[in-house]
Amino acid sequence: MFKWKYRGIYPPHNKNTQCSVVRRLPTPFEVHIPMQMHSGKAAVPAVKPGDKVMMGQLIGEMGGVVSSPIHSSVSGTVKRINDRDSVTGQKAVSITIESDDQQTLCPDIKKPSVRSLQDFYDAVRDSGAVGLGGAGYPAAPKLAIKNLDELDYILINGAECEPYVTADTNTMVADALHVYVGVKLLLEFMRPKKICICIEDNKVEAIKVMQETFAYDDNVDVCVLPTMYPQGERKVLVHNITGRIVPAGARLADVGVIVTNVTTIAVFARYIRNGLPLIKKVVTVDGPVVGNPSNVLAPIGTPIRELFDFCGGFTTEGPRKIIMGGPMMGYAVPSLDMPVVKTTNCLLAYPESSTFHPPATACIKCGRCLSVCPMRLMPPNIETAFSQSNLDALNHYNVNMCVECGSCAYICPSKRPLVQAIQLSKERLWLFKQEQKAAEEARAAADTKGVNR
Amino acid sequence: MSEFEQGRNLTVSVSPHIRAKITTSRIMLDVLIALVPAFIASIIIFGTRAALVTCVCVASCVIFEWLFEKITKRPNTIGDYSACITGVLLAFNLPVTIPLWQAVFGSAVAIILVKQLFGGLGKNFANPAITARIVMFLAFSVSMTNWSSPYEGTSMWIYPIDGVAGATPLALMKNGNFDALPGILQMFLGVRGGCLGETSNLALLIGGIYLMIRKVITWHAPLTFIVVVFGFSALLGQDPVYHLFAGGLFIGAIFMATDYVTTPQTNKGRLIFGIGAGIFTVIFRIYSSYPEGVSFAILLMNILTPYINKFTEAKPLGSVKK
Repeated sequence: MFKWKYRGIYPPHNKNTQCSVVRRLPTPFEVHIPMQMHSGKAAVPAVKPGDKVMMGQLIGEMGGVVSSPIHSSVSGTVKRINDRDSVTGQKAVSITIESDDQQTLCPDIKKPSVRSLQDFYDAVRDSGAVGLGGAGYPAAPKLAIKNLDELDYILINGAECEPYVTADTNTMVADALHVYVGVKLLLEFMRPKKICICIEDNKVEAIKVMQETFAYDDNVDVCVLPTMYPQGERKVLVHNITGRIVPAGARLADVGVIVTNVTTIAVFARYIRNGLPLIKKVVTVDGPVVGNPSNVLAPIGTPIRELFDFCGGFTTEGPRKIIMGGPMMGYAVPSLDMPVVKTTNCLLAYPESSTFHPPATACIKCGRCLSVCPMRLMPPNIETAFSQSNLDALNHYNVNMCVECGSCAYICPSKRPLVQAIQLSKERLWLFKQEQKAAEEARAAADTKGVNR
Repeated sequence: MSEFEQGRNLTVSVSPHIRAKITTSRIMLDVLIALVPAFIASIIIFGTRAALVTCVCVASCVIFEWLFEKITKRPNTIGDYSACITGVLLAFNLPVTIPLWQAVFGSAVAIILVKQLFGGLGKNFANPAITARIVMFLAFSVSMTNWSSPYEGTSMWIYPIDGVAGATPLALMKNGNFDALPGILQMFLGVRGGCLGETSNLALLIGGIYLMIRKVITWHAPLTFIVVVFGFSALLGQDPVYHLFAGGLFIGAIFMATDYVTTPQTNKGRLIFGIGAGIFTVIFRIYSSYPEGVSFAILLMNILTPYINKFTEAKPLGSVKK
């Protein structure tokens, strides 16, 4: 069929929570809901301190075209609206709501009527769905592509290649209904030639359920992929399933493909079915020092401390590093007061002993990073170019194509901080481009001034 | 840790938060383990002086590395075992009768001149052991070609033909002295004249297979190197089997042409490296005044490695031509 060529790494799976039943977290005392849980423009608060809000009520309006509405995950009173730290280290406006423990559902919640493609896009937008694989790109602008008639594939990403995380697996197993509804909606309104549900072969239960669910649908395939990291990276997935290569700088839609996370489609399917927007999220709570690893259904905005407490607290060794997201691409968070956000799929706690980073030694040019890079970049060359501040070389080695999957840094025997160098390189290139732009604008302004005189 | 303290002092770092277990020193240790069969074979074939020469080389390499880093105030890197490997490989490229001070001199050339002056591990452009061997070959040409063995007991017991003393098979071939050539099995087992680690092809092969199983090396460079030497020498009308087993091809192909630092990083580049080294080896062996050419060929390809790397640069998935 296609030329299958895999490049990646094989970290231990650690899918300890794969068979665990989702447990519902008791309503937290208060939630902190940031207005920036997606990429694009931040949402604008639609409530004031002192307002009474109900569960599912709109509290953040879209701040632009590429943005997402935000809904209250509890019923109660808005206590304050202030800047709080986010996991990426930036400050973000955040609404703190004190729960009244009633969880009264907002009366505005009703099933949207979806009759046309535009209705569908509007419903996806209003559901608050964003890319739940981690990137958080709002779902509506992602699906609303210009060349809809050239759309061949919609890939439903259930690969979940990160170790530990089982949130998407859980969606496929326990929420197969909404996956089915979501796929049906996509088929009905977007009319792709094929929808592929992509699952790695270590998620046996999910594969079985999905195959049974879609047994009668000829244009829906359940594609079983070898377990490899980063199998779920979108360009890798497109290449491995369709054989198509996405050119640098192009969108996936340019090659006739859309990739969307499986939980994302379940979110808007639920909204279209009963009007409930994205206010709760299944989070895998795991890690060597977590007492009772499990999957937890938590209201968005819950401080992560409550999730750990709910999962049996920490063992005696205690946590030294808390990661939001998987161990390969997740963010290490500075405090347990960070809230669960829309894109949170996993919380990990590591003890002191596994936090130690061995000092980087000299690159021995073993070429392991080259052989695992899914994008076939050359990390050591990028690192050298970065240390020499050689921007031309950074461009030459296509540093902007890096997806920061971390495979190179994982495999490096010299433990070199390759991802760090790449992230800083990207930022430096970006700053350089900004400077250039500013200089050009200044020159243009000076020129017009000259003419006016 | 008390309940109150839990979750304080959290470490924040860049992803990925997990790392593979593999380390530089573990890789180097694997190479050392892979050299053990050849070390044992050298003692069986050439006697205990083989062990003495090896130990002197290893010790002097490690001491030179430590001293140089002490003087230049660089971080101490003797813990990564790379100096040990250089020592062992250098010793394996010397005749067993080498005066020990000359072995120490060779170690100094390898570690200080070739490795540390270029910036230490990862920065040297040529293989330290190979380059040191060539320097010694030019400096001490008499003692470097003295193949007489002081010890023939065990080897006589294994293979009752006096093949250890006297010239190497390649030198015999060069001089047209075909009658004195040892048999093929004898050469494969390594009971013949030559450098102390290069003769036992069997032991080297075992080491090579171990390294491939441990995924320390890939097959690309060694296999193409060996195949090209075999094919090219046959093409030039020579006995290819002798060219395989008679010289330092196996130690060169398995342990020198796979040295990470001085050979290409991509598999494509490694294929080119193997082919080039094979061609140059045969040319040097047949047309130069020296009977052996593996070390010269590898040194030459080491010099070409940056160009091979440039030539075989990975093409990113979906990169746009600029």
